[in-house]
Amino acid sequence: MNGHAIRAIYLFELARAWRTLMQSIASPVLSTSLYFVVFGAAIGSRMVAIDGVSYGAYIVPGLIMLTVLNESTSNAAFGIYMPKFTGTMYEILSAPVSSLEIVIGFVGAAATKSVILGLIILLTARIFVDYSIEHPFWMLGFLVFTCVSFSLFGFIIGVMAESFEQLQVVPMMIITPLAFLGGSFYSIQMLPPLWQTITLFNPVVYLVSGFRWSFYGVSDVGVGISLTMIVVFMLVCLGIVTWLFKTGYKIKP
Amino acid sequence: MQPIIEVQNLSKTYQSGFQALKNVDLSIRKGEIFALLGPNGAGKTTLISIICGIVNPSAGKVRADGYDIVKDYRRARQLIGLVPQELAVNIFETVWSTVTFSRGLFGKAPNRPYLEQLLKDLSLWDKKDSKIMALSGGMKRRVLIAKALAYEPKILFLDEPTAGVDVELRRDMWEMIRQLRDNGVTIILTTHYIEEAEDMADRVGVIQRGELILVEDKHDLMEKLGKKQLSLQLVEPIEQIPSALSAYSLSLSEDGMQLTYQYDHQSDQAAIARLLRSLSDEGLDYRDLHTSQSSLEDIFVSLVEEKV
Ligand SMILES: Nc1ncnc2c1ncn2[C@@H]1O[C@H](COP(=O)(O)OP(=O)(O)OP(=O)(O)O)[C@@H](O)[C@H]1O
Ligand SMILES: [Mg+2]
Repeated sequence: MNGHAIRAIYLFELARAWRTLMQSIASPVLSTSLYFVVFGAAIGSRMVAIDGVSYGAYIVPGLIMLTVLNESTSNAAFGIYMPKFTGTMYEILSAPVSSLEIVIGFVGAAATKSVILGLIILLTARIFVDYSIEHPFWMLGFLVFTCVSFSLFGFIIGVMAESFEQLQVVPMMIITPLAFLGGSFYSIQMLPPLWQTITLFNPVVYLVSGFRWSFYGVSDVGVGISLTMIVVFMLVCLGIVTWLFKTGYKIKP
Repeated sequence: MQPIIEVQNLSKTYQSGFQALKNVDLSIRKGEIFALLGPNGAGKTTLISIICGIVNPSAGKVRADGYDIVKDYRRARQLIGLVPQELAVNIFETVWSTVTFSRGLFGKAPNRPYLEQLLKDLSLWDKKDSKIMALSGGMKRRVLIAKALAYEPKILFLDEPTAGVDVELRRDMWEMIRQLRDNGVTIILTTHYIEEAEDMADRVGVIQRGELILVEDKHDLMEKLGKKQLSLQLVEPIEQIPSALSAYSLSLSEDGMQLTYQYDHQSDQAAIARLLRSLSDEGLDYRDLHTSQSSLEDIFVSLVEEKV
């Protein structure tokens, strides 16, 4: 293991976030706050409680997930796309590092940023709604797993992307629908049966459900299933990433 | 002695179907300065990129100090530093953070005094906290050199290090390269400047259309490269070269207006003076004269034509 290399990549990526601190934190916090105001306070006050949880509080885990998914994906995608775009990738490719080490460095940094952002949003939510966290340890666990999985997913997009447009459009076209249809704002039990079945192919459902369970002890799907699905998703992404680097697909001519 | 770099039967066909390297065999000796020459598009960068792990080879093997660059990539790459042809640096970073990044990436523990000395040697110390975007092109190139030296490689590839670099900086650069060689670093570089190859290299390789057409000791190559010529524009045309001048290797142009004298670096300097005296003895007047030296490109082209 080239620990120095992992550290170098990780710190470099975090430094990049630090340089762009305002964009990295302010804009997601602002947009999530708007969601809280509109859905939580304005609309939520007219909604009935779901599973015994007030609507405002019910959407907190979902909204955190929504932001964290977007940020993990786009951060990681951008992180690996930039060296490809500027040509600085030559150095990483010529370095005595394994694909796994490169992935740990880049994805670790992107996931770290998202976890921190998720926690900041969690604190921000406190201003608008009252919520409780029943299983704080699991809450953190689900958050970390989600950030890592979707940073891996973003990493794949960054490796494959051939333009800045693709870099932005692909996450938006994939993550946003998955997150909205993943039960961020509702329980999937509220959907017609057919849609409930279709939804089960959406990995975000398991994330949101598991995450919500760690807050309120209620979930759409079993917690065990949630965890398993997240791990499976993560391993699949990891496998793809490792393969991409091994073959040099879209990275090495 | 085992070569420090051993390239065997290396070929590269890009995805476009273009074959950039054809069965290249090359051995680089430990501690030498090797100049890889060739016209644009010959395959120099491709060869270097494969050795450094940036481009996948299509066929063939490369070993660095005995380590296979694919199977034993960790140990092989640890030895190799690369200064790329393109100015690829992250412009938002500072000089200091980019060199510490390079050192870490290559698995070396931090060493502040070493990096400090390195930046001082490259006259970058006063810029260490500047963002790279605030540096000039020549400075950026020095940053790339600093990045490659930050991890103390035993083998250094320099892909056109002096392209777009001013005279003074170029001289400093060569001085630094000599010092590196004295410290035991093997250096492989590409350049389009003949004087550089003449000045610095121990051996020279010429690559043309993906084929390594020549690898020679510099001194041997100098004999080939050293051709110079003196052209004299005559006032009156002549039919043929006067027999009194037959001792000189002269040629006459078709219109009889121009005499050309071939000589080389090694020929004795007084020969030209003697030739000019003999000309006036023969009553041949000339209105203009100039000397020229075959450019590296000329020589390559003629070399390739010979080979075809
Ligand atoms: N990624 C690529 N895909 C397809 N063809 C390529 C690629 N990279 C290089 N080539 C082609 O391979 C040939 C060799 O290119 P290379 O960059 O190795 O030349 P070079 O000798 O370094 O030239 P120069 O002196 O201009 O730097 C060129 O014809 C080039 O167009
Ligand atoms: Mg080149």
